[in-house]
Amino acid sequence: MTHISRREMLVLLAGSGAAAAVGPLLESGAALAQTPKKGGQVVVALSQEPTVFNPLRPHIEVDRGVHFGIFDSLWRTDERAQFVPNLAVEVPSVKNGGIQKNGLEYTVRLKKGVTWHDGKPFTSRDVKFTWDLVMNPKFGAYTRVGFDAIAGMETPDESTVRVRLREPFAPFLTAWGDAYIVPAHILESAADPNTAEFNTKSPVGTGPFKFASRVAGDHLVLGANPAYHGGAPPLERIIFKYIPDLTVLYTQFKTGAVDVTGLQGISAEFYAEAKNLPGVTIHLHHSPSVEYIYFNHGKPWFKERAVRQALYHAMDKRAIIDQVYYGVQKPVEGYLPSTSWAYNADLPTHEYNPEKARQILDEAGWKPGADGIRAKGGVRLSFTNSTTAGNKLREQAQALVQQNWRAVGVDVQISNMPAAVIWGEYYVKSKFDTLMVGIQASVGDDPDCLNRIHSKYIAAETGSGRNVSQYKNPQVDKLLEEGVREVDRAKRRALYLKLQEALRADLAYLPIFSYVRLEGVKQGMLNYKPNSNVLHNTWNMHEWGWKA
Amino acid sequence: MRYYLARRVLQALVVLVLVSLGGFTVLHLAPGGPAAIYAMSPTMSAEDMERLTHQLGLDQPLHLQYFKWAAGLATANWGRSYRDGRVVLEVITDRIPATVVLMLSAFSVAVLIGLATGIVSAVRQYSLFDHAMTLTAMIALSIPTFWLGLMGIYVFAELLRVLPPGNIGTIGAPFALGDRLRHLLLPASTLGVVMVATWSRYTRASMLEVIGEDYIRTALAKGVSRGAIVLKHALKNALIPLVTLAGLQLPLVFSGALVTETIFTWPGMGRLFVDSIGYRDYPVLMGILMFTAMLVVAGNLAADLVYAAIDPRVRHS
Repeated sequence: MTHISRREMLVLLAGSGAAAAVGPLLESGAALAQTPKKGGQVVVALSQEPTVFNPLRPHIEVDRGVHFGIFDSLWRTDERAQFVPNLAVEVPSVKNGGIQKNGLEYTVRLKKGVTWHDGKPFTSRDVKFTWDLVMNPKFGAYTRVGFDAIAGMETPDESTVRVRLREPFAPFLTAWGDAYIVPAHILESAADPNTAEFNTKSPVGTGPFKFASRVAGDHLVLGANPAYHGGAPPLERIIFKYIPDLTVLYTQFKTGAVDVTGLQGISAEFYAEAKNLPGVTIHLHHSPSVEYIYFNHGKPWFKERAVRQALYHAMDKRAIIDQVYYGVQKPVEGYLPSTSWAYNADLPTHEYNPEKARQILDEAGWKPGADGIRAKGGVRLSFTNSTTAGNKLREQAQALVQQNWRAVGVDVQISNMPAAVIWGEYYVKSKFDTLMVGIQASVGDDPDCLNRIHSKYIAAETGSGRNVSQYKNPQVDKLLEEGVREVDRAKRRALYLKLQEALRADLAYLPIFSYVRLEGVKQGMLNYKPNSNVLHNTWNMHEWGWKA
Repeated sequence: MRYYLARRVLQALVVLVLVSLGGFTVLHLAPGGPAAIYAMSPTMSAEDMERLTHQLGLDQPLHLQYFKWAAGLATANWGRSYRDGRVVLEVITDRIPATVVLMLSAFSVAVLIGLATGIVSAVRQYSLFDHAMTLTAMIALSIPTFWLGLMGIYVFAELLRVLPPGNIGTIGAPFALGDRLRHLLLPASTLGVVMVATWSRYTRASMLEVIGEDYIRTALAKGVSRGAIVLKHALKNALIPLVTLAGLQLPLVFSGALVTETIFTWPGMGRLFVDSIGYRDYPVLMGILMFTAMLVVAGNLAADLVYAAIDPRVRHS
């Protein structure tokens, strides 16, 4: 494969701003853009069932995968981490006058002549309605992030929206890049927008595909929207097929019953076989999730940096990746995947060195007791590690870490729980000792993670925020605050590079790897473009199609 | 008879109330909650989580939540799914056709084959056939369904490529009976194997008991033909305990099969139940629980009534 790595490319892009001049990237062997023939269908297999079709209601990733087809946002983030206009004529920027008053005011010009699937015209009123609905206290909106930053919204004419923010909020563009516009003329008249038929049975959007039919528990069909404002999609229809079992999903892909393995994709254990399958392409997709050992900094063991450092040195990351994850995952040192535009490539590389770990602990005064477990001032280095019960690979990785740490005099008890248990209060209210967890820290392609690392956002203390590790670091706090205020991407990038450095130096958490997902696509299907910046790789289904 | 019926219906109501109380308490006391599926979302804030928990009413005391739900149930309002906001009753009834098709085919084939082999085994007790059937039934009952299902997929879908690897029909194809039947074959057989074994064993045992009775000997002595004895005298009486078995298995026809439906990607009730547990979708879970409980109660009641109809001894006591 001939390619500049995505990261290098992004660094290049960030430096030169020459986004438009660059062609498609070749990472993961994706073919150069070809024109597909008209017609045909694609079957996307999903291991969870999409059932929520109102993009503003609480949903999970697979639902979002469907929203991409039915709805449009003002702009989207493409596979090169660039914003591309969707319902807007252009993406607001300081240069084009779309962002004014130091990032306090945004003016969005909307495309004209766009219609909803029912033929009614799309106007600025729909954008305003979407914001109003999310902020409506009676409406169970999924998230208000990016919506609550808005102080007011005006619609001077049918194709202009003017937004005033409460304070500069740089992730605004990203948040609205994932905010899908819903039709005012339908939901306004609904008796209760929470239970409207629109949400589950008859969604109407402006997107490239229309909702056609659904068999509960089995599949759902989207049909092409020939009047799509971005051009009629090549495919006649897309079928989302629900296959709950990942082994069965892979089997059905192998036997040709499905064309694309969505989301969880192909389990790593099948990688060796899958890459040699005839008639299919396996994409290595860098997902934005990073796997960590998460500390609860509120517990006595992790107050000292020396302990965190020793635990990192004692952990054999390579063995986890190679022996448990079949060598598929990619080691990282920070919270961003290597595909992010703010990724810091110069962080010190992890060194597996149990001897050094012992030395650090010795020097810090953690001395082994009679049972070989280290202790200091009455605190024994003995704690639990938890993750989702039943996640086979994680449980194996856990066992490795347990052995690694035992070898340097640290005792870990494994205490796993079902997903609905562990990721409830136990996680949110910081009741764990340590976790083995995969987290996507940032929203879309935006590196902001204030909510997760800033000391003001510890839910266990203040009742709000997502800083479940209870991490406190004034230097980090400051960088995070500056990061959300700065609108200039180059300047922001510098701030986030520093942030990653600070977090790596302090080892706020132990990064293990960034998730690389194996996604299978039947050969002959064109324009499948894995995109780390969105929740689901169906983001560009309006371009998908079959080779002529 | 009318008094008997009224008493039984009343009993059934008490059972349903107890089931709902027990189910509701256990479900809600189990750690975790419906909001956990959103905990990992990068786009959601803690305020969002709290707002949603409040909007779902999950921050209210448990007994209030129960009364609200039970009051709804009494007025045929089973609530709405936490996952997608659909009406629970509709979520459940949506799954009935697929479930019934799968279960009923497995069930009817199992009853027919089970009865036939059971009768032959009993009549020819300790014959080669009987021993072979005993062994086969033993194996069928001990094989885990998921293994049998996966083997079926492996052999017939992957190796021989003669049957589809699951699904209710060819994805994206319009309805065609032949296609549906082809898709039905593997999952129905997988389920049927265990059911056949059960029915065969019960029939054999029941038949053996009856064949040992005095009146059969009397009939033999009178010179009634063997065929007439087996089918008319023995089977008729041996069927009585089997009616109970049918009554107990009837709810299964609607409640589905968790494992088989998962492996064969069958959109039935069992699958809905597993998914709803994953989402901690309490209203749907309670809905399925009540629906199944009602069927169990109804199945038992029906079995008792049929019992009374076919067994004069029950009627007289």
